[in-house]
Amino acid sequence: MSENDILLMENISKSFPGVKALSDVNLTVRKGTIHALMGENGAGKSTLMKILDGIYTPDNGQITFQGQPITIDTTHTALKLGISMIHQELSPIPYMTVAENIFLGREPLGKYGLIDKRKLNADTKALLNRLEIDVNPTSIMKDLSVANTQMVEIAKAISYDASLIVMDEPTSAITEREVAHLFRMIRSLKKKGVTIIYITHKMDEVFQIADDITVLRDGKHVATLPASQTNKGHLITMMVGRELTEMFPKEYAPFGEVVLSVRNLTREGIVEDVSFDLRRGEILGIAGLMGAGRTEVIETIFGIYKLDAGEIIIKGKKTQINTPADAIKNGMALLTEDRKLTGILGVLPVRDNMMIASLSNYEKRGFLNKRLIDVTCKQEKGRLDIKTPSMDQLIKFLSGGNQQKVLVSRWLLTSPDILILDEPTRGIDVGAKAEIHKLMSKLAQDGKAIIMISSELPEILGMSDRILVMHEGRVGGIFERKDVTQESIMQAATGHGLDAQVRQEKVTV
Amino acid sequence: MASTTTPQALDRSFNREWFNAFIRKYAIVLIFIAMFVGMTFLTDAFLQPRNLFNVVRQISVVGLIAIGVTMVIITTGIDLSSGSVLALAAVFAASLAQQPGWHDAKYPGLVVPVIVPILVALAVGALCGAINGGLIARFKIPAFIATLGMMTVARGFALLYSNRPVSGLTDTYNFIGQGELFKILPIPGQPPLGIPIPVIILALVAVGAHIMLNNTRFGRHIYAIGGNEQAALISGLNVGRIKIGVYTIAGLLSGLAGLVLSSRVGSGQPGLAVGIELDAIAAAVIGGTSLSGGVGTIWGTIIGALIIGVLNNGLDLLNVSAYWQTIVKGSIIVVAVIIDERKNR
Repeated sequence: MSENDILLMENISKSFPGVKALSDVNLTVRKGTIHALMGENGAGKSTLMKILDGIYTPDNGQITFQGQPITIDTTHTALKLGISMIHQELSPIPYMTVAENIFLGREPLGKYGLIDKRKLNADTKALLNRLEIDVNPTSIMKDLSVANTQMVEIAKAISYDASLIVMDEPTSAITEREVAHLFRMIRSLKKKGVTIIYITHKMDEVFQIADDITVLRDGKHVATLPASQTNKGHLITMMVGRELTEMFPKEYAPFGEVVLSVRNLTREGIVEDVSFDLRRGEILGIAGLMGAGRTEVIETIFGIYKLDAGEIIIKGKKTQINTPADAIKNGMALLTEDRKLTGILGVLPVRDNMMIASLSNYEKRGFLNKRLIDVTCKQEKGRLDIKTPSMDQLIKFLSGGNQQKVLVSRWLLTSPDILILDEPTRGIDVGAKAEIHKLMSKLAQDGKAIIMISSELPEILGMSDRILVMHEGRVGGIFERKDVTQESIMQAATGHGLDAQVRQEKVTV
Repeated sequence: MASTTTPQALDRSFNREWFNAFIRKYAIVLIFIAMFVGMTFLTDAFLQPRNLFNVVRQISVVGLIAIGVTMVIITTGIDLSSGSVLALAAVFAASLAQQPGWHDAKYPGLVVPVIVPILVALAVGALCGAINGGLIARFKIPAFIATLGMMTVARGFALLYSNRPVSGLTDTYNFIGQGELFKILPIPGQPPLGIPIPVIILALVAVGAHIMLNNTRFGRHIYAIGGNEQAALISGLNVGRIKIGVYTIAGLLSGLAGLVLSSRVGSGQPGLAVGIELDAIAAAVIGGTSLSGGVGTIWGTIIGALIIGVLNNGLDLLNVSAYWQTIVKGSIIVVAVIIDERKNR
């Protein structure tokens, strides 16, 4: 360990039931640098960092921090040593205030050991002001937007005055403006000598901010090198271990008849007057900023929420959709945005997760035809190349990409005409992402109509035939792919130039 | 990608994993076997056929309830009303099964075939369960509160209906709880031993419930709701209807338990089975049902009930005081959950 290194993790190994998550991983981080940790989902990045944070205990290996060999058995120890972490999954305490959340466990005490609320709020205000985060210390956490919740978590991690801060995909839930803000904070921390370990899937971010990059693959260390000595293509190759273009653009598919028409869809205060058509063979991308109402539009179409006004016309017939069951009966399928919260049945086997929406097709005289189910599972496993030791494996032990494939399979088994995909590739690795893009092309060619919500503009531009941009609950514009650039989408999404450039689609019934 | 592990090494690690998985899955069975063997050596009476049949007869009532409770817990719910619903079903059924001319008859002169009280017990139970389910699914009341309400209300109705035991029941009715079938097991110096009818009922219900949970759509949907209710809803499941179904089944089984218990003791008492729901929950939890939902098996629950039964019986035979028995039982429940927690880590 040279003097310039703040952290040395040597020969770290960790196994979970059925999975070897890390084997003999080494990580060296130079003091005062921003160190990007990259790799596909399941490569072991989060596991490695959770070991550093005392959440997991390594099976073997050694950690040296600031020249001292250390054992980290709890997060408390990590914080005492000067290591703080922003987790990928946000874990705010919803009914407590922002200030209480930030100073949880180290509340300033006043007389008689009672909490000094005035100092608590003042300290929080000072912290948030210093970081230029526009949030009220006394706001209740659950009332904050996802982006602000993330910013508060970041502020909390910084408030420990740690010498090493680990950030696990801190930008997955925030908009570009906030990303820029976060990067300013990171650079100013770096100036003060703080070391940052930054986990992300987003290539652009890495080259904007990282000094060094470490790549992990399948639980093993692949390389550590200065960011200046590599590029996107090289990184991807190291991450997946093979040459791969980042994205398969949508291939040609002939358009068929209109299968879904939405007219003046309104949910008061959330979605206003949204109309569009969707044809067979088409992928309609929905873009927009966080909170613009993208997810809310499709959740209303799918019957999760009641609409206040408007019509949904499926294959030319006005259709009443009150529950997801109605939507499925009418040939719709919805791959939700939050895999863990509304997608997977974590404690259940892969088999149940795959079959749950289509079990009625496998019933014979009231009983399930288990052999047919097993045959179907096997076929799906092969078709989507799902990596699982068996169909009895609990889905929570699969990597994000493989979980997503199981969910895609769940919906394809319902033979939908209209496939709604909400952030279908969020948080999954490059390889699985390309496979899902390829599958989408194939499905469009098979005559399915697809709606895809995505926060990644390259994905929107690469995959969509038309792009619907949402702005503050309304349609900010509907564009043909050939007429559009990242800039014009951002303009529509932020409400600029609505009249000039945007060709609002004429709606004819 | 090149792997450094040799095939043999892989094989060995696979075996160890398989072994660990086996131990995790069947730990509860091994514990049961150990207890069984222990009791056999500690007492002479334990292994006697008559005693063993006693153990299973004793667990049959709590076993029936535990099967319903297991399904409820798999959906992340809870049912606290089982004991009261049992009592309500018992007094209703018993009042329709009194001997003609009994001095204290609820309905003097009324004579109905035995199928009537049987159906009434099941219907009363199912109705109470359906109300539980309706409150939980339609009015979004936490299961704990809804069934706590039912626990009090059903007990109140039972006492209102008859504030003293309904006794003088017909032999046909009492045969349900006291009779034996297949009297073939010879015991020297005694009449041959048969299988108690409550045990047969429990076995049939357990097998039926196991098949339902594993081989029907409804059964898999129960697990799905417990695994992730929101995801189940989005997958097109009618979550409300499934929940109502589950609580109705649990109520029905409480009614059936009321039938069995009242016929076994020969009277329908409004104060029957106070607190039995806690024993049922204990059996389910000891058997590996997770209170966070999505996980649980019928065979596990039956083993759980057997563990409690063998423990009670064994401690009785060892002349351990009843007070100590409750202490031991409570400790075992906690230890079982600790084991379960570690398993999931």
